[in-house]
Amino acid sequence: MKVVRALLRSPSGLIGSILVGLLLSTALLSLFWTPYDPTLVDPRSSWVPAFSGDHWLGTDTAGKDILSQLIAGSRITVVVALLAAAIAVVLGVLLAVVTAVPPRWIAEPLAHVLDVLIAFPVLLLAMIFAAVFGGSTWTGVAAVGIGAGVIIARVARAEIVRVLGLDYVLAARASGAGIGRIVWRHVLPNIAPTLVVQASLTLAVAVLAEAALSYLGYGTPPPTPSWGRLLHEVQPYLMIRPLLVFWPGLMIALTVLGFNLLGDGLRDAIDPQLRRARVEVVTV
Amino acid sequence: MSLLEVSGLTVRIGGRPVVDDVSFALDSGDRLGLIGASGSGKSLTALAVLGLLPDGASVSGSVRLDGTELLGLGDRELSRIRGKRIAMVFQEPQTALNPLMRIGRQISEPLRLHSGLSRRAAATEAVSLAAEVGLPDPDRLVHSYPHELSGGQRQRVGLAIGLACRPALLLADEPTTALDVTVQAGVLRLLDRLVSERNTALLFISHDLAVVHQVCRRVAVLGSGRVLEQGTVSDVVRAPQHESTRALIAAARATSWVPASREVLS
Repeated sequence: MKVVRALLRSPSGLIGSILVGLLLSTALLSLFWTPYDPTLVDPRSSWVPAFSGDHWLGTDTAGKDILSQLIAGSRITVVVALLAAAIAVVLGVLLAVVTAVPPRWIAEPLAHVLDVLIAFPVLLLAMIFAAVFGGSTWTGVAAVGIGAGVIIARVARAEIVRVLGLDYVLAARASGAGIGRIVWRHVLPNIAPTLVVQASLTLAVAVLAEAALSYLGYGTPPPTPSWGRLLHEVQPYLMIRPLLVFWPGLMIALTVLGFNLLGDGLRDAIDPQLRRARVEVVTV
Repeated sequence: MSLLEVSGLTVRIGGRPVVDDVSFALDSGDRLGLIGASGSGKSLTALAVLGLLPDGASVSGSVRLDGTELLGLGDRELSRIRGKRIAMVFQEPQTALNPLMRIGRQISEPLRLHSGLSRRAAATEAVSLAAEVGLPDPDRLVHSYPHELSGGQRQRVGLAIGLACRPALLLADEPTTALDVTVQAGVLRLLDRLVSERNTALLFISHDLAVVHQVCRRVAVLGSGRVLEQGTVSDVVRAPQHESTRALIAAARATSWVPASREVLS
């Protein structure tokens, strides 16, 4: 609770929370209501300009309502972001434990393998997956989950190594605790703040990757509304109706900004407490 | 056969011996003070007994508990002994407790590991252990976190954890060094009482002869990893054989009360 209060007090944390809150409420709203059916093709009302009459943000060439597509598109964004972050955290923690806990001669080579994997850009990984398994929302989710998971593993590994060297871990071993119990009960709870920050930054990466893949045609297939694909569909008309490109771009930008600010805010909110705890330890 | 028999214990880190041919024995209920300047290998001796030496340390010699050789046992066998037969109390009560775990859970951890107690039974036992080590309002205190306790209270928690399974041997590694003097006296008296009530053997590690004198009759002086001399505190104070022993005695006299040889004799 102290963390939440500190988060809302910092400008970045506050703005990030508001943006993410708006995204979540929009996604929830889209489950029950959108102005029009976002997939409804209505040739009679194609090319309705923005801010006119029944279609607030206008319609595209097929007559689909832009606002409805934006609202409905938030759903896939939220699902992709949460799933990818969940996969990344679970995979990251597993890899971190495997490369931090065993004896050096096993752990160290594995850690080097991790370093090599980090070199693969998430988007490239996603396109390889799409090429092999065919493009869908889930190849993007898997690619971001794995790509970001490797990065989380690297960060978490350093934290696990640090905590494993602390007195209370030695004390737990002196009490007869086995390595599994030490990792689960003593190490992981103590690195949780780091994982939370990393996870929130992964959310931003996932949103961007989903949009990029859908834009390139490797992501969410029609008819599921997706911001990235909408961007792709309206792009040819950039010169005629520049506003049409603006809306999905704005949604993507605001969402990524929101997750990034939330991550930054969380780090700032959690860090002073960590630092205070560490200083307390040092000054004894 | 002694409870604990350490003979020729040698620990090398990077080829250099940091504990060198250390031998001593403890019967049940015995107490031995292990004293020496920092870096003399006291803590490593204790950690070697538990098989908890840091990575890269190699150990030779023999550590026998009830005649069973402990050196070379696997981690699994050792973890059945740690906390149950041999327990340890650490120097820094600040850092030796998990900051995110409630006090009660930490006290009951060795019980859950070794006695197969249910969570509820272990929680009840934790409350009575907390009361036994003189923690105030134990019913409420077991639900608090380490940062809500004072240094002295935290070290009492450390004692409760160490003694939870009624081990035959307690290794106390400078348990009062991090505490201020008034608190120190209380914790020492408590340790003294609990250990004699349970007939627990005690290996008490300290750099402070005055503190060792309050709990132990017998002392071994360590210098650069070797046992320089071993005997009763009074013998060592009366006729120190080594320069570093004399330095330890002088330091103890300068900082706190230490028995003059005549007082010890009486």
